[in-house]
Amino acid sequence: MSRISSYQEASARERLQQLFDPGSFEEFLPPSQRVISPHLGQLNAPVAFDDGVAVGRAMLGGVAVYAAAQEGGFMGGAVGEVHGAKLVGLLRRAVVDKVAAVVLLVESGGVRLHEANAGLIAVSEVMRALLDARAAGVPVIVLVGGSNGAFGGMGIVTRCANVVVMSEEGRLAMSGPEVIETANGVEEFDSRDRALVWRSTGGKHRYLMGDCQRIVADDMQAFRAAAQEAVAAYAGQSPALTLEALDAEQRMLDDRLSRFGALRDPIDIWTAMHMPDAADIPMLDVDSFIAAAATRRQGA
Amino acid sequence: METLNYRFEQGTRRLTAPPEVVGVVGSGNLEVLIEPAALDGACTIEITTAAVGFGPIWAAVMRDFHQRWLLADTRISINDMGATPAVVSLRMDQAVQTMLGDA
Repeated sequence: MSRISSYQEASARERLQQLFDPGSFEEFLPPSQRVISPHLGQLNAPVAFDDGVAVGRAMLGGVAVYAAAQEGGFMGGAVGEVHGAKLVGLLRRAVVDKVAAVVLLVESGGVRLHEANAGLIAVSEVMRALLDARAAGVPVIVLVGGSNGAFGGMGIVTRCANVVVMSEEGRLAMSGPEVIETANGVEEFDSRDRALVWRSTGGKHRYLMGDCQRIVADDMQAFRAAAQEAVAAYAGQSPALTLEALDAEQRMLDDRLSRFGALRDPIDIWTAMHMPDAADIPMLDVDSFIAAAATRRQGA
Repeated sequence: METLNYRFEQGTRRLTAPPEVVGVVGSGNLEVLIEPAALDGACTIEITTAAVGFGPIWAAVMRDFHQRWLLADTRISINDMGATPAVVSLRMDQAVQTMLGDA
């Protein structure tokens, strides 16, 4: 059987098998332990034996890391109580075991609404555990390339990481397209306009806006190489949040808002950034795009 | 939701690999967890499905599955979200083949 090379098309478990060194992923709380959601059954809704996330240890180019992969096919990767607790446990154990990095394969619409407050608390605990890991010297690398993107609480978790790697097909935002349309009307945002959705939330715009640090093609080996380089870049470096870094981020966001806040469409923003042939950016292959963005992207 | 249980005797093929899960609990799909278990030579299948009222069809699909593989001392657990019989059969074969190492 030929290997699937698309990251987007792969399931969470296929990603763990193909992204890390062959056969190296060792799962904590595997499906056979049946640690399932205590809430879904009460709502007469289907459960998954892993509650939609696989966590464990793996080797990445010979370096021991901890890894988690959310399954977008199960409830859009939404975070429930158990799902969140598995992520928190992984991040805390990463601190105890002082691993080189934690690599999160994020694919999630955010909080699992069925689990209400338990889901909301779970997501906030993931954020806290992630920042604690950074403070304790463990860098966190997030990969976003699944078809469900990284939205809601998991969008925030993603932006708490040291490095975010995206494909153009990956999406990263707070409110999802349908949520914006429902709340503010189709004139504000047409969620069925797929080109608009990807222009606004897809990897290229995030890269230009400084929301992700690396962009790769939708290819398993490209994601693997980017994750490996990101982990290597933090060897011997502190991944902790600093006041200087936060101040710099705040200045970047202020600058972004004052320069682009009044513009309606990402194409207008790319034009204002002096990107050549702004309207054709969605058509560029990843290498030409990176070259064109090199001196113009935020945070470059 | 509906829970269905099946137990088949007279199987001959024992699996020794660690438990495996295949498939995803998404619309029209299912996950199959397959694991070796001491069951006095039987193969048991527990299905939790979102589609209520399809017991006779499940029974037929499970009977066919057992005749194909004749598993013994094997526990199979399924979380289903409305998969069609063909998808169920494919996933279950995939689960066995993964255990046998030739998937």
